[in-house]
Parts: sequence; C-alpha cells; structure tokens
Amino acid sequence: MRARRLAAVAVAALLAMTGCSSPAADEPIGGGSSGPAGPGSGAAGPVTVLAAASLTESFTAIGTRFEQVNPSAEVSFSFGGSAGLAQQIIAGAPADVFAAASPTTMKTVTDAGAATGTPVTFARNQLVIAVPKGNPKGLATLAALAGSGIKVALCAEQVPCGTAAGKALSAAGVRLTPVTLEQDVKAALAKVKLGEVDAALVYRTDAKAAAADVDGVEFPESAGAVNDYPIVALEDGPNPAGAAAFLTFIRTPEAQRILTDAGFQQP
Amino acid sequence: MLPLAGLLIRAPWTTLPQRLTEPGVLAALRLSLLTATLATVVCLLLGVPLAWLLARARFPGRRLVRALVTVPLVLPPVVGGVALLLVFGRRGLVGGWLDATFGFSLPFTTTGVVVAEAFVAMPFLVISVEGALRGADPRFEEAAATLGASRWTAFRRVTLPLIGPGVAAGAVLCWARALGEFGATITFAGNFPGRTQTMPLAVYLALEQDLDAAIVLSLVLLVVSVVILAGLRDRWLGTS
Amino acid sequence: MSLDARLVVRRDGFTLDAVLRAEAGEVVALLGPNGAGKTTALRALAGLVPLDDGHIELDGERLDDPAGKLFTAPEHRHIGVVFQDYLLFPHLSAVENVAFGPRCRGVPRARARADAAELLGRVGLAEHTGKKPRQLSGGQAQRVALARALATGPRLLLLDEPLAALDARTRLDTRAHLRGHLAGHAGPTVLVTHDPLDAMMLADRLVILEHGRVVQTGDAAAITSRPRTDYVARLVGLNLYRGRADGELVRITDDFALTTATPQHGDVFVAFPPAAVALYAARPDGSPRNTWRATVAAVSRHGDALRIELTGAVTVAADVTPAAAVQLGLEPGREVWASLKATEATSYPA
Repeated sequence: MRARRLAAVAVAALLAMTGCSSPAADEPIGGGSSGPAGPGSGAAGPVTVLAAASLTESFTAIGTRFEQVNPSAEVSFSFGGSAGLAQQIIAGAPADVFAAASPTTMKTVTDAGAATGTPVTFARNQLVIAVPKGNPKGLATLAALAGSGIKVALCAEQVPCGTAAGKALSAAGVRLTPVTLEQDVKAALAKVKLGEVDAALVYRTDAKAAAADVDGVEFPESAGAVNDYPIVALEDGPNPAGAAAFLTFIRTPEAQRILTDAGFQQP
Repeated sequence: MLPLAGLLIRAPWTTLPQRLTEPGVLAALRLSLLTATLATVVCLLLGVPLAWLLARARFPGRRLVRALVTVPLVLPPVVGGVALLLVFGRRGLVGGWLDATFGFSLPFTTTGVVVAEAFVAMPFLVISVEGALRGADPRFEEAAATLGASRWTAFRRVTLPLIGPGVAAGAVLCWARALGEFGATITFAGNFPGRTQTMPLAVYLALEQDLDAAIVLSLVLLVVSVVILAGLRDRWLGTS
Repeated sequence: MSLDARLVVRRDGFTLDAVLRAEAGEVVALLGPNGAGKTTALRALAGLVPLDDGHIELDGERLDDPAGKLFTAPEHRHIGVVFQDYLLFPHLSAVENVAFGPRCRGVPRARARADAAELLGRVGLAEHTGKKPRQLSGGQAQRVALARALATGPRLLLLDEPLAALDARTRLDTRAHLRGHLAGHAGPTVLVTHDPLDAMMLADRLVILEHGRVVQTGDAAAITSRPRTDYVARLVGLNLYRGRADGELVRITDDFALTTATPQHGDVFVAFPPAAVALYAARPDGSPRNTWRATVAAVSRHGDALRIELTGAVTVAADVTPAAAVQLGLEPGREVWASLKATEATSYPA
C-alpha cells in the first residue's frame, strides 16, 4: 500500500518537475449561463499566450471560455518558468501576450522594449506553508518552521517564490536554514509530497492544486509577501487585436472567478 | 561548437573579474570538483569489479544486469533523482531504514550529491571498462594463474595494467558526466550553497535572474573542465 | 616426481579421453593433428579446463578428481606452462615477467628480481632483462617464457607448441636450446606439438592423440618403424596397410596381397617406405611376387626425389629419381608396373 502510494506521488512529482502537466479540461466551465461576458468583437485568428507555469490550470480553463466567447479566435498557450519565457520573448519568440509570475520578470521584458502598453496586475498569489497531508508535525506558524529537526524546502531566491519567502520570513522575524533551495515552486512542493521535507513555502495555488497530498497552512505574514501577476500585450505580436481581447477577458468576473477558484486573490 | 562560441561572444568580459570573485562562484566550483572526483572514485570502486563480472564471469541474469547498468543513460536524470529518493529518501526503501536506525539521511547532503552523480555517471565507466576487458586477452589471466597468482593478484597486476587506458578513458568520461550533472542532483540532493549547490545548479538558478552571471558560471565550469581534461589526457594517454 | 593422469573432457561433439603418464625427468610429447585434443589435454593438466571424469595425480598427490569433487585451482598446482604464443605480460619487462611467479609465491621483490635476472642469464638473455616483450625477437620471447615457467620451480612443466611461432632458422637453434633446458628440469615434462620432428627431437616418449584418443605411444624408434594409424604413417613417411597375415603373405584386400620378410599370423599392419617401391614401364621379369599394375595419380617433389601417388589395387606412394621419372614419362594418368621387395616390407601385429 505504502509503496504504491509513494510511487503515485513520485509520478505526480515527476510530471510537476518536468513541467508536462496534462493540458486541462476540454469541458466548458460550470455556470456558463452568463453569455458573452465581455467585448468579444475583434478577437479572431490565433492568439499565442506565454504564461507562468503556475497559471497552467486556470489559464487553460480561461482559454476555453475565451474561445467560446470569441468563436473565431484560437488561443494557444506555452507555459513555463517566467524567467525562461521572458528570455524567449526578448530573443524574439512570436507571441501576443505574456503573463508573468512576478513584476521583476515582467520588468525585464518591458525594459527590453518587447511589451506594448503598461503591464496590468490581474491576480495575486500568496504563500502558504505546505505540509504533508494531515500536518503530522503540527506546524501552524512560520516560527514553528525554525524548530530543530524540521526540514524545510524554500525556493531559491532567484525565483519569485523564493523572493516572496524571504520577505515573509523577515517580516515575521524568523531565521531558518532550509535544507534546500529549490529551482521552482513545483520542485519545492514535490519534496513535501515525497516526504523528504516537513514543510515548504509555496503559493496557495500550488498547495491547492496538490490538495490530495499536501495541506496548505495559512500564515499572517504572507500578506507582506504577496506576489503580483502582471500581464501585457507584446510589441511584435502577430495578433494585436486578439491580444487586446484576451487582456480584457482576463479582467472579467468570469475569468477572475476561475482564478479565485484556483487559489489566486483578486488584485 | 556553436553554443560554445555563443557563450564566448555573449560573455560580459568587462565585469568578469568582479563576477568571478563572488564568494558563491568559488564555493560552487569547489563543491563541483570535489563531488565529481568523489563520484568518480565511487564509480571506479564499484564499476570496475562490476565490469569485470560482466566481461568475465558467467552467471544467470548477466544480460539483465548489463541492461540495468545502462538504465541511467536512458533515464532522464530528474527521473533518476526521483528513483534515488524512492530508495534513499527519508521514506525510501533503504533511506527509511538508515533514517530510523542511524538518524542519517542522504538527501540534501554533499554525500547525496556524490550518490546522484555516481548514479548517473556509472554507466560511462562500466561500459568503457567492460569494453576494454573484452578487448584484453583473458589468457593473460590464465598465464598469471599458472604462475601462482590468485584471481585478485592476476586482476590487479596483469589485467588492470592491460586495460589501464580503457579505465582511464572511462574515469575521465565519468568525471566529466558527474561534473555536468544537474537533474538527478537537484532532485535528490536539492540545492543549497556550499553543501549541495554544484556549478550546474548555480548556472541554472543564475539563469532565472541574471543571464550574464549564468554565462560567467558556465564559462568557469567549461574552462576548468577543459583544462583538467586536457591535463589528464597528456598525462594518462599521451605517453603510452 | 611423476605424473599419472586420465583426462576426460567432454565438449559439444568432442570427447577427450586420454591416459597420460610421465616419470620424473621424462619428456613426453603429445603429438596429433589439429583438433585432436592436445591443447585441451594440456589445459586440463594446468587446471584451466575442468575434468569431466578421470583424475590428475602429481607426485602421488591428487590434484583433480571429479568423482570426488576435487579440483585444484591453477594457482595452487605448481605447474609451469609455456603457452603457444608465450603470453608474456606486455606491460612488464623480461625480468619482471620471470619474477612474476616467485613474487606471487611470496618471494621478496629484490630477491625475485635477482633470481629472475640470473635465470635469464642462463637462457642467454643477460643483456635483455630490461626489455619489454614487444622489443624481443620470437626466439628471445620463447626463452623468456621458458624462464618464466621454470622460475617457480614447477613440479610439472607443460609446453604448448613451443616452437610453432618461430621461423625455420630460429626454430633449429631454439629446439637445441630447449632440449638442453628440458634435460635440466627434474620433474616430468609434457609438450604438445603437431610437428613430428619437434616431438622426436625433444621427447623421450611420444603419445599420439587422434580424435581425443591415444592411438599409439612409444619412443621415436618404435613410432617411426611401426606406425599404427594413417596419420602416424604419413608423419613418419611410410606406406601403411592393415591386413591378415598367414606366414609371410599378408592379404590386404580380397584381390591384393603382399609378401613380407616377417612371418606373422592374424591381423597385422604392413609398413614400407616409398623408396622401396620401384616402377617399371612393362611388367618386370624375375620376381613375380609383390608386383601390380598401377596408375599415376599425382607427382610432387619430395626432397631429392619425386613422390608418385599411385592408384590401383591399393593406393601407394613411391619415391623415384627425377631421371627415372623422365625416362618412364611419369605423369598423371600413366599406367605403370609397381614392385616391392619383400625384404623392405615389415609386418607387425595390429
């Protein structure tokens, strides 16, 4: 039983780490009685959206709705680490929209003159303490993570979740030595799922997506380390009208509800 | 060769000196060289006897063992890292016992880095050495036996010198692979500066924020490994 | 010191089953065609091939006895082996090769090297001690291999085709040299060869092996005068037939018989040299015995003479002078009369 469970976790962890999460639901989002929820006119043809990996599930759902509202439009996503995507954009990747997991990453794109207009924050994400299901060590506060014998995984400071964790810890006045600084939030979460660490600081959305294996413990100091998700249309995008329509759609209540369901907060 | 030229052209030559003296660089480099060397030693200790078994001994399941030896070549290193966690992790088959009995756990330690690197690099050594052994005439071992040499003496004093170049080539390949190891290391040993953050991990994380820093780190890794490999080549393979 | 062995080794489609004995100081040559099992026998003695049956006993000590689950590892047999291609360790110098055995048996390094150098001096290689095997000539390598095998003071010395890898000239020198050293070895020696000359020059006794079986044993004189198989007869250059004797007349086939100088009864072999056969264009007068019609099948050079292969009532080889061959017009297809003097044909019990 236990071995099977471990194996299942391992497979899930693998999928997470290799970034090949299955493209989600084709079925329409529930409660779609609201009809056209925004100005759908003008959006036609292919719209290419590069988005942070943490947006995979919610954006896939939003994309489906967007295509229902704009039947002649066709959205294709490329999910990945924000920094990597930013490098691709600066290097000239032909895309229309960029949604980043942090303003810093977005800034590299705007500084390079690759964006058109000002980035808009469309969602915010907050840290939680991810612990194995049932919270066996009873970790309820940030301070508890500094306890002896508690193994903690953080994100490396170079990636947004690491920056946020640093802010939250210093806001709480907690000094702790993690056993590892993971390369991204999914990797940090995988260490919890595999039981190699007792806790990790991850985004609430990630904890929610992994609810089968981990619990997310909210802590007050996370308010001081909220991560903004900016979105912008790209300068050299082949479909500016489509980009504008997607940017508008992302602000609609329907899209916002999908994001909230996934654990994001409204800006 | 082109990617190498890309690195050289794009390198921030003006800020290079300051970047090189950043403390993290040296720590990562030292850790990389240390772990790659230790991993090579581990591979030699385990891999040479294994290669000898595969090349000389007849036992049931030999084909299977040979196939298993090459598994780390095919396996994406990240998967290798997960596999290692499943065995040596806190809840792993062996790791659970180690943790319960000795309070000792491999993940997130420098030893863990060595294990991950050795796991990934082992096939390079075993395949090289097995090939060298197959090329070496086993009758030399017989001749040694008739002169009173035990199997071990015959192996040490006759076979090993005969296959020396093959072992050296395997060790060099093994070392180079261990030095560049990323996926299994970050998955199994995690990433912590000075303890488990090797150069490839430092490069990857630098890439998240600062392309120039990543290029500098890559160049350092490249230059150091080329210098060492060229030096070894002259010394081991150049003379004979 | 003596060797007493019955070597039984079974391998797919081939069985070696040979009894081999050798006294102290005796040199026994295992002679036989390729594939007869000579090398297998040698490897079995050295412990490199396990016996399936039989036994090996050296100085009264059982080394191998499959029935009793006894097997002595090669490194514990104290048997010296000179391999066909010598198998000198290429990374070691001549002196290190010779010192290898004593070193394995616990002799201190300096002592082993000194002894090895001395031994190399005795085989005439004092100036070549520091050379690597690839810097040595074939004859020198052979001597190093011999010195290496002798350095451990083996109870039994085995040599596998010791001269086969050498060219004709070196072979002559080395053979004489080897003979001297074999005489100096106190224990028994078994050497394997397919060359009858090597066997007869080096060995006190020959054991002829064919298809894994011993077909004949004896000293050189016995083997050369009384071959018992076609292979041995060819080796020693005799015509050999099997027949049934009634006094001096030996019936070879239903319609062919030979008269010999030695009266026998029952199954016998008849042997005579090719030179004892005379050829005539017409039926010779006088001696009506041992004269028959034959047809020339092939003509080849054989030393100073020409060897004529004849078919007819029996196949037979005859040696004639070139002058006689020209005079008779001997070429394949020519019909001649063959005649054998009874005094030249020996018969002996089969």
